[in-house]
Amino acid sequence: MKAISRVEGRAYPVGLKNIDTDVIIPAVWLKTISRVGLGKGAFESLRAVPGNVFDDPEYAGAPILIAGDNFGCGSSREHAAWAMADMGISAVIAPSFSDIFSGNAFKNGLLAIVLPQAAIDRLMEVARTDDIHIDLETQTVTTPFQDRFEFEIDPFRKHCLINGVDEIGLTLKSSDAISAYEAKLSADRPWLAPNQV
Amino acid sequence: MSTPQTLYEKIWNAHVVEQRDDGTCLIFIDRHLVHEVTSPQAFEGLRAAGRRVRRPDLTLAVPDHNLPTTARLDQNGQPIPIADPESAQQLEALERNAPEFGIDYINASDAKQGIVHVVGPEQGFSLPGTTIVCGDSHTACHGGLGALAFGIGTSEVEHVLATQTLQLTRSKSMEVRVEGELLPGVSAKDVVLHITGVLGAAGGSGHVIEYTGSVIRALSVEGRLTISNMAIEHGARAGLVAPDDTTFAYIKGRPMAPAGADWDAAVAYWRTLATDAGATYDKVVSIDAADIAPSVTWGTSPEDVLPITGIVPEPSAFADPSKQEAARKSLDYMGLTPGTRMTDIEVQNIFIGSCTNSRIEDLRAAAEILKGRKKAANVKWAIVVPGSGLVKQQAEDEGLDRIFTGAGFEWREPGCSACLGMNPDKVPAGERCASTSNRNFVGRQGPGARTHLVSPAMAAAAAVTGRLTDVRELAS
Repeated sequence: MKAISRVEGRAYPVGLKNIDTDVIIPAVWLKTISRVGLGKGAFESLRAVPGNVFDDPEYAGAPILIAGDNFGCGSSREHAAWAMADMGISAVIAPSFSDIFSGNAFKNGLLAIVLPQAAIDRLMEVARTDDIHIDLETQTVTTPFQDRFEFEIDPFRKHCLINGVDEIGLTLKSSDAISAYEAKLSADRPWLAPNQV
Repeated sequence: MSTPQTLYEKIWNAHVVEQRDDGTCLIFIDRHLVHEVTSPQAFEGLRAAGRRVRRPDLTLAVPDHNLPTTARLDQNGQPIPIADPESAQQLEALERNAPEFGIDYINASDAKQGIVHVVGPEQGFSLPGTTIVCGDSHTACHGGLGALAFGIGTSEVEHVLATQTLQLTRSKSMEVRVEGELLPGVSAKDVVLHITGVLGAAGGSGHVIEYTGSVIRALSVEGRLTISNMAIEHGARAGLVAPDDTTFAYIKGRPMAPAGADWDAAVAYWRTLATDAGATYDKVVSIDAADIAPSVTWGTSPEDVLPITGIVPEPSAFADPSKQEAARKSLDYMGLTPGTRMTDIEVQNIFIGSCTNSRIEDLRAAAEILKGRKKAANVKWAIVVPGSGLVKQQAEDEGLDRIFTGAGFEWREPGCSACLGMNPDKVPAGERCASTSNRNFVGRQGPGARTHLVSPAMAAAAAVTGRLTDVRELAS
């Protein structure tokens, strides 16, 4: 994972609640065997609407997206996080995220920042004209107008994001503990080994 | 005496390999199901890092999402090539990756092939008390057997392949208790649609839900799988139903399940899993079975649920301003006017299938309504897609296929089909589908497709009349 500690720039003011993974990246784009190139399919149905924020030159290349409740609900497709990263988005700010999307975003160094609806409303307003700044180290979102919103993040996730930790590499350091667990499991519940088809 | 524990706590605690100071746990994964869409990048990651699959014996691969549901073999028994080059490439990748990493692979023309969430329980691969993951959000399905089962992204698929574990933090727990007796015409699908309407699409966020109460206890395993399948549609990480004699009778004798002395040991363990008296959940929601009608969705979120006797809502009637805006957009997409009776909405397409509703009981329920009837003239396309080759065989043995084809349905090969607009089975733009699947998202069944989620019996009823229909009007 690439390290990330700050994001600043314009934000797409999307605001809608329940933006699902089929809206972020429709299934027809999932036939790829690569993690890159999905940006062109991102938010296809929203982009089909004239005057949408994604095709507004005002927001071209914005690294932040602001959304409503339950962002990323639906499918487990990590393609949603890949597609957003591919279109240059580094952070999403919303009142809540689906559990799976939030995990997928984290694995790809895409910040999923939870702020209350009142803060979202204010940021939606600022986003129309000005930049937004996110600092992971101090866990704050700020604007040029002295707005300052603090957010919570799991300390382990914060550490991994700031240091760009390879999580599999980290877990593999626990190989002995996993082996010990497996040995105990085969002793306690030997019937768990599946019969092969 | 030890502290009373919930089913979720018991399964979680039995799978902790390591716990860090911040509460994050390394959780052992007992079963990993793999399909072609969310795995290629994970295998590529393993190759790039020179890593192997730690426990291929706990991993099972089966293609489902991309497969066309038309004939798989030609007259000479040779596989028919997949026309779409990207789908073909993704399917070939799984067919190549599975043996390369030593994983059992069920191929597209094997009778055991089907949707991963149908195959797992059917083969006895999915068991109570286990942790089960798959790169697919409907993995929650297996919770119907009392397994802690949840969907994961591709990075986590790679993590499980490499380590057989996941770094997780414990979710909160919720009990959804459904008491009473289901009214005539009400199925497990109606129960879960109703629950989703009550909780909302995000109502279960951060929680693992245990479904309890007399209604759940009385359901078959198929019905419980349907309920747990859609736990994700109300935002839950996973759904659970405590394993009981109904569960054990379902699993016994399945090919990959424990047998002989192992079986007795397994059942003895499974009996210890039920939530202890006195254990508490972080949240409890009670639902009265008498409030559940045959249900249908009107919008583009699974929370947009109404009884079939309902009318299309007025967006301004919602208290939440963001829901008002979402409802306006939904109605615009769905081409619906507030005040319209749901039973006045015409449908052109019927889809019976998906990991939610493609098991033998689902097909029986639909066939029961279709027996001696035909689809209406305005229904252009009606398909039944059994969840696996074995479900298909059983249905044919029972003569269900003839009822479906006699009513004007197409009888297809197993796969995810029209649930997700990824294979050739799609609903045309602007047309409606009464669908037994799990999501009515914008574009889910194809660009511009309008989905109304219903039970198998309700889908069959809609086929007969050509409009959304109260199944109680057709039931004998």
